[in-house]
Amino acid sequence: MPETAAIVEGVLAGFLERRENLIPALEDIQSHFHYLPEEALRTVSRRFKVPLTQVYHVATFYNCFSLEPRGRHQVRVCLGTACHVRGAQRVMDKVLRELDLPASGTTPDFEFSVEPVRCLGCCALAPVIRIDRRTYGHLAQSRVPKILKACRTPALAAA
Amino acid sequence: MVGMGTCGLATGADEVYEAIFDEVKRLKLSYQVAGTGCIGWCCEEPLVDVCLPGRPRLTYGRMDAHKARELVRGLSEGDLKPQWAIGLLTGFENPLTDIRTRYAKQTAGVDGVRRYEDLPLFRHQVRWASRNCGVIDPSSLEEYIARGGYFALHRALHAMHPAEIIAELNHSLLRGRGGAGFPTGKKWELLRRQDVTPKYLICNADEGDPGAYMNRTLLESDPHSVLEGMIIGAYATGATEGIIYVREEYPLAVKRMQEAISQAEKAGLLGDDIFNQGLRFQIRIVKGAGAFVCGEETALIASVEGRVGEPRQRPPFPVERGLGGKPTCINNVETWADIPLIVMRGGDWYAQIGTATSKGTKTFCLVGAVKNTALVEVPFGITLRQVVEEVGGGVPEGRKFKAVQTGGPSGGCIPESLLDLKVDYESLTQAGSIMGSGGMIVMDDSTCMVDIAKYFLTFLADESCGKCFSCREGLQRMQQIVTHISDGHGCEEDLDLLEELGWMVRETSLCGLGQTAPNPVLSTLRYFRDEYLAHVREKRCPAKVCKQLIAYRIDPTVCDGCGACVRVCTSEAILGEKKQAHTIDKARCSKCGACMEVCQPKAVLVE
Repeated sequence: MPETAAIVEGVLAGFLERRENLIPALEDIQSHFHYLPEEALRTVSRRFKVPLTQVYHVATFYNCFSLEPRGRHQVRVCLGTACHVRGAQRVMDKVLRELDLPASGTTPDFEFSVEPVRCLGCCALAPVIRIDRRTYGHLAQSRVPKILKACRTPALAAA
Repeated sequence: MVGMGTCGLATGADEVYEAIFDEVKRLKLSYQVAGTGCIGWCCEEPLVDVCLPGRPRLTYGRMDAHKARELVRGLSEGDLKPQWAIGLLTGFENPLTDIRTRYAKQTAGVDGVRRYEDLPLFRHQVRWASRNCGVIDPSSLEEYIARGGYFALHRALHAMHPAEIIAELNHSLLRGRGGAGFPTGKKWELLRRQDVTPKYLICNADEGDPGAYMNRTLLESDPHSVLEGMIIGAYATGATEGIIYVREEYPLAVKRMQEAISQAEKAGLLGDDIFNQGLRFQIRIVKGAGAFVCGEETALIASVEGRVGEPRQRPPFPVERGLGGKPTCINNVETWADIPLIVMRGGDWYAQIGTATSKGTKTFCLVGAVKNTALVEVPFGITLRQVVEEVGGGVPEGRKFKAVQTGGPSGGCIPESLLDLKVDYESLTQAGSIMGSGGMIVMDDSTCMVDIAKYFLTFLADESCGKCFSCREGLQRMQQIVTHISDGHGCEEDLDLLEELGWMVRETSLCGLGQTAPNPVLSTLRYFRDEYLAHVREKRCPAKVCKQLIAYRIDPTVCDGCGACVRVCTSEAILGEKKQAHTIDKARCSKCGACMEVCQPKAVLVE
């Protein structure tokens, strides 16, 4: 995909190719694609002169990176302690049931990716989920369908 | 003033802000509408504060766009809407200058609105580190300065020798607020003595503890206090470069911090010639990539260097060999925010409150089963009971207090019998928990301690970096055993095995994560052994949480047959005719709890 290559090059142009910039560069690539394409990892390895195994090590160590393509909307269900004691797991189960996913992951139409997250720091509003940049607090299972529906890309929702 | 922290925004503060802005414009009023940080009254978000000339400041809770418009209309007609106000503030203490800012000359209140100083939530608080949170607009350098900001830096640069600053820190007995409690003055002294350059300062804002958001609030609500602390640190230790390491999950904190840094650079508070005194210091932000272990200082350094966050053996400590092999001093956000106070008021002043070994104040996030979920700052030496029952307002009606969990996933659960414990580093450790960064999660009788132990073990086994065998394998094994117990398959020998494994992991792991990881299990085993025994002996979960040991049932005498549960049940497990008592088919029930949530007459029971 020449497109991918161009975007990766564009992102890397903003960084001095020093080891300490490896993680910020990967973060920027991730925020473009919502995941790290293999091609990007190879380019980064070449440009930063860091062995591919080490780039892979970093990309798989940190939670914010994904090697699998993700959906258009990132649903992050907080499973922090405060949310846990207020029934976050039930909210998680509801989100998964609603999107017909067996476990956290991406829907087949690439509309949503669901992942658990360890604390969004809004513990007073537990249980909490964050979809893209917006945080929803005091969640009850019954509110989940409406919230997800509102996030759907209009064209897909109609279909 | 609208509280625009992450919590506020999550409850719709942006809409409230827009509504107020709009209404003020529409009515052509000469009000100033501002966003502020978070005062910590989280359970009442979104908060709106109103301050009319010569009148006390009023706080309104649980606002929405509609109420906000009505409030503005009311104010314009002289109606203060006291029925919506939850607190009244006649002025603010400023610990930096020891001046009390007063909003109103007369101290007359507003009928029916309680003063902040009379509210249990605020009465016990001493807001030092969070002195500006919710008071100023965090994106305004001018407001920070108006509250006495950067005076301490000015004083340090003009009137104090670096050694004097460190001496004041030593007098203050300030200890690291990240949890380990290492004396800050001593750390700075060690950095100062290094003759290798460059030296680095790092602000650790990798607040990974679930259930804690003190650092996020400070960065979002008062970013300059952290910067000022770091610049003073640079002068005292000879460091030339600073790094703020923030979690990627805190986008607003990153944004506010970035703004503050550029303001400080423009104002000559950062750069090559700070305050024209020849001090050189730069600060940059590094975003974490989501790894709990990176809160550990050597792992954090590895992460800043672009490597995987695995801790390494200490010594050498980072103050000798840190970032890039150069001397590095790492302090927590709250520690940095405390520095200007100590420089301004002196170490002895700071040490006037607290216990023998822990001085000053500490912020805590009081969450879970308490009425007032809030971010609070209390003096050391306050009892846990005061924090939970008075500041927090106790557990909600009809529930019974069970435990308070401190110190994040590596902390422990403290039972009711130890609630009179005074909060300080040592006493919490003796009770089998830790101070940690300041999470305080209150649990009532609907929380199962076995489930909590399982939860923390799952978290820690997940976040273990995998370097030490004992932590990597030990935690996984412990997690399997606790899951086994929670599923009702455990036996009594499992409890002994858990204890043995716990001690092993504690004694043989390299870093703080592994050394404290068994705490949740060991402390629950110590104080709540009977709950474990109920799971293994009677195959019963007393708190009715562990899914394998509970069943849902409908009380036929209460059920009115409205059918709400049938509509939400996705496993088609609820049967019954309309307007007649329904029943749950236990074989089909997935135990999701959706029916219980929607049942108005509360006919769905767990047993």
